[in-house]
Amino acid sequence: MTDLPVVLDQVSVAIGGRPILRDVDLTVHAGDMVTLLGPNGSGKSTLVRALTGLLPLARGSVRLFGTPIEDFSAWHRLGFVPQRSTATGGVPATVREVVASGRVGRRRLLRPTSAADRRAIESALDVVGLSDRASYGVSQLSGGQQQRVLIARALAGEPDLLVLDEPTAGVDLPNQQALADALRRLKQRGATIVLVAHEIGPMMPLIDRTVVMRDGWVAYDGPPLTQEVASHTHHPHDHDLPGGHDHAPHVSSPFDWERRSRP
Amino acid sequence: MSFVDLFAYDFMQRALVAALLTGLAAPAIGTFIVQRRLALLGDGIGHVAVTGVALGLLTGTSPTWTAVAVAILGAVLMELIRERGHTNGDVALALLFYGGLAGGVLITGIAGQGAATLQAYLFGSLNSISSADVWFTAALTVVVLLTTLGLSPQLFAVASDQDFARVAGLRVRGYNLLIAVLAAVSITVAMRTVGLLLVSALMVVPVATSQQLARSFRTTLLGAMAVGCAASVGGLVLSAALSFRVSVAPGPTIVLLALAMFTATWPLGVWLRRRSRLMAPFPEVTAAPHRSADQHAHQHGEDCGHPAVPHGDHVDYVHDGHRHAVHGEHYDEH
Repeated sequence: MTDLPVVLDQVSVAIGGRPILRDVDLTVHAGDMVTLLGPNGSGKSTLVRALTGLLPLARGSVRLFGTPIEDFSAWHRLGFVPQRSTATGGVPATVREVVASGRVGRRRLLRPTSAADRRAIESALDVVGLSDRASYGVSQLSGGQQQRVLIARALAGEPDLLVLDEPTAGVDLPNQQALADALRRLKQRGATIVLVAHEIGPMMPLIDRTVVMRDGWVAYDGPPLTQEVASHTHHPHDHDLPGGHDHAPHVSSPFDWERRSRP
Repeated sequence: MSFVDLFAYDFMQRALVAALLTGLAAPAIGTFIVQRRLALLGDGIGHVAVTGVALGLLTGTSPTWTAVAVAILGAVLMELIRERGHTNGDVALALLFYGGLAGGVLITGIAGQGAATLQAYLFGSLNSISSADVWFTAALTVVVLLTTLGLSPQLFAVASDQDFARVAGLRVRGYNLLIAVLAAVSITVAMRTVGLLLVSALMVVPVATSQQLARSFRTTLLGAMAVGCAASVGGLVLSAALSFRVSVAPGPTIVLLALAMFTATWPLGVWLRRRSRLMAPFPEVTAAPHRSADQHAHQHGEDCGHPAVPHGDHVDYVHDGHRHAVHGEHYDEH
C-alpha cells in the first residue's frame, strides 16, 4: 500500500546539535487513532514536529501519504494542532475568524471566502460544539474552549490526517469529554489521528494503538495501554512549560545562527 | 492670511492627500504587526531609515528612494535575525536601531547638512512635500492596501500561529518578509507627514484605539484605518492652525491626537471588557449541594441592579460575592 498516512523510517532528529530522537520507526495506518505517550523530554513533541516537517531530520526518512516529506505538497490533507500555543494574538479575533484561518491551506490567493469554505468552517465549529460561540472573542473563552477552537481550526481544512500535540494538557474533564466527542465524530468519517497526550481520560475507548516514547526511543508500540501502565516514570502533573521543552541548553548571543526547517 | 486661506495653497493640499494616504496605509500593516506582537518593529525600521535619508543627502539623490531601499534592507535583516535567533532577538534589533540612528546623524553631518534638514524627515514637515512625493505616496499606499487586504487570510494565519501556518503549507518566511517589507514601505510613505521617529505610532496607536471597542480582527483592522485617517488629517490641520502662533511639526500633533483618541476610548474599553467578564456564563456543575440563602428581603429581577449571569437553564444574580438563583419562594446559593 503506497498511501499510508505516516511512515517514519529510522528517523533521528537533533536540536542544536544534540540528538533527541534516535532511530524511530513508526507506521500509522489509515483510519487509525494512535496515541504517543511518554514522560517529559522523551521526544513526543519532537517526533510530531518532525513528522509535520517543522524540524529537519538528521537521518532517516518521513513519508506522508506515500510521498517523501521533501516532495510533499498536499499539506491541506494534514491538520495540525500545535502544543498549546495561544489562540489569542495581539489583536482581538472572533472564534469564527480563528477557525476560518484553518482554510488557508485550501484557499487560493486573492479569492474571497467561498461557500465551501463557509460550510467547512460551520461544520468544524459544530464538531467541537462551539457553534453558539462563533462570534465571541477568543479571549473570552476558557482555556479548554480555546483548545477546542484550535482543533476546529485544524478541522476546517478538512484533513485526512490530524496531528494533535497535547490537546488535553491543563484541560478540565468536561472539555476533555467534548474533545473526545469531536475526535470520535472525526474518526467515524475515516480520518487518521495521531495524538500526543498526557491525559487520555475519556479518549481511551477511541484509541487503536499506543506508542510509548522514552528518552528518544520507541519503548513500546502495540495495543492501547492505559496511562498508568505506560508511565512508570511519568508524573502526570509535571507539564511542559508553554513554548515547549528545551532539549538543547541555550547559551546564545544575539547573532547566533540556528539551522531551522522548511522556510 | 486666515486659517481657511491655508487650504488654497498647493503645499497644504499635497500635505492633506499625503496625510490621508498615510493614515490608511500605516494602520493596515500595523494591525498585522501588532497581531504578531512586534509593535516596536516599526520603530526599528524608522530608525534604520534615518541612515537611508542621510545617504540620500550625501549622494544628492532623492532621500525618499534611499530611505525606501535602506528601510527594506533593514526590515529584511531584522526579520531574518528574529526568525533565526533564539530569545535574544530583541537585543539584536536594539543594536540595529541604534546603529541606524547614529549612522544617519553622522552621515548627515558628513554631507554638510545641519540638523534642521534632518528634522524635516525625523518629525515630518508640511511644506517639504513635492507633487512627485504625493504620487509616490499614493502608489505605495495602493500597493500596501492591495496586499494587506487581498492577502489578509494568509497574513492573519501567519501572524497568529506560525507553526500552524507552516504545516498548512504556507511559505511562512515569505509572508513574514512580505510583512516586514510592507512595513518598511509604509514607514517611508509616512516619513514626510509624521516623520521617521514617530511613524511607528501611526502603526500601533490606531490599532490599540480600535481594539478597545472591536471584538473581531476585521473590525479592528478597518477601525484602525478610520482612526489613522482621522488622526493624520486632523493632526495636520491642527498643526497648520497652530503654526500661526508657534512652530509645530505635524508629526507630534498627529501622534498626540491619535493618543488622545486612544485615551478617550480606553475607559469605554475597560468598561466593555469588565462587563463581558462579569456576564460570562457560569459553568454547569452537576450534583452541587442544595443551599438556600439566608432571609433575603431584596427582590431580584430584571432591573434590580445586580448582574444576571446565565447559569445552565436559569440566571444567577451576583451581589456581594454571592450567586443567588430563584428557587420557588426563596433564593438558592449557587
